[in-house]
Amino acid sequence: METEFTPYWSLLGGVLIGLAATLLMALHGRIAGMTGILSGVLPPPATDWQWRAAFLAGAIVAPMVFVAAGGTIEFAVPVNTLPLIFGGFIVGIGVYFGSGCTSGHGVCGMARLSPRSIAATLVFMLAAFITVYVSRHVIGV
Amino acid sequence: MKRVSAFLIGAVFGLGIALAGMANPAKVLNFFDLAGSWDPSLVFVMGGALVTTAIGYRIVFGARQKPVLEAAFNVPASRVIDRYLVGGSALFGIGWGIAGFCPGGAIPALGLGYGETFQFVGAMIAGILAARLVNTQILQPAIARSA
Repeated sequence: METEFTPYWSLLGGVLIGLAATLLMALHGRIAGMTGILSGVLPPPATDWQWRAAFLAGAIVAPMVFVAAGGTIEFAVPVNTLPLIFGGFIVGIGVYFGSGCTSGHGVCGMARLSPRSIAATLVFMLAAFITVYVSRHVIGV
Repeated sequence: MKRVSAFLIGAVFGLGIALAGMANPAKVLNFFDLAGSWDPSLVFVMGGALVTTAIGYRIVFGARQKPVLEAAFNVPASRVIDRYLVGGSALFGIGWGIAGFCPGGAIPALGLGYGETFQFVGAMIAGILAARLVNTQILQPAIARSA
């Protein structure tokens, strides 16, 4: 399935992600990592679960409002249910043991030159490139 | 105040993810498909986010001793690259390459209301909880015993 190359929208979106990361550090002193923020509201919740829940609610509501206001967000899942769920499960295990994902390691950790985050980002990006190559061009899903 | 602030910052994050195309698995998987229908858009997402955050952090840490709403900055201090970090990240990358969603892309995508996102997020939460259970009930006690 082809998708349109969207350099301007993607750059704008990236700058907004960076702005949110900067604001979360300036106001709350926290890394804007989705893994850490989400983990803190799952049972047993962290003592400071309220700001985490508020952040998650904002992250979910914003695209909803954008679409309700007439905006368009492209969305397609070119994956069947079983691999989607299997993928979700191992993403959950992986980000727990890896202590972060694209936002926490890839953006916030890389931005402050954390050696752990640089290593994690190289590993998960490489793993994703290899996985897509194997699934699409070797196995041929 | 903290909750209002976190909600609004979350909204900026979620809007950024959605506009960037990170909430769209088809687009994310195409970024990883160098040998097929490659879509380089994600280079611009990561570049824009990384440069903005690097400049933003520099300004914040240069200007302030503590965050506006909290007593202290809460930033991970560990610099140890261990097998958990590498193994976990490898597993995450494989799952990302299979499903096309990362956690930061999937949570805002919930707001678009598609069933596939709920399936992915449900499975991802199950994975986090399963890993946490294994870690706290089996791995950490074993490490404590051997220490």
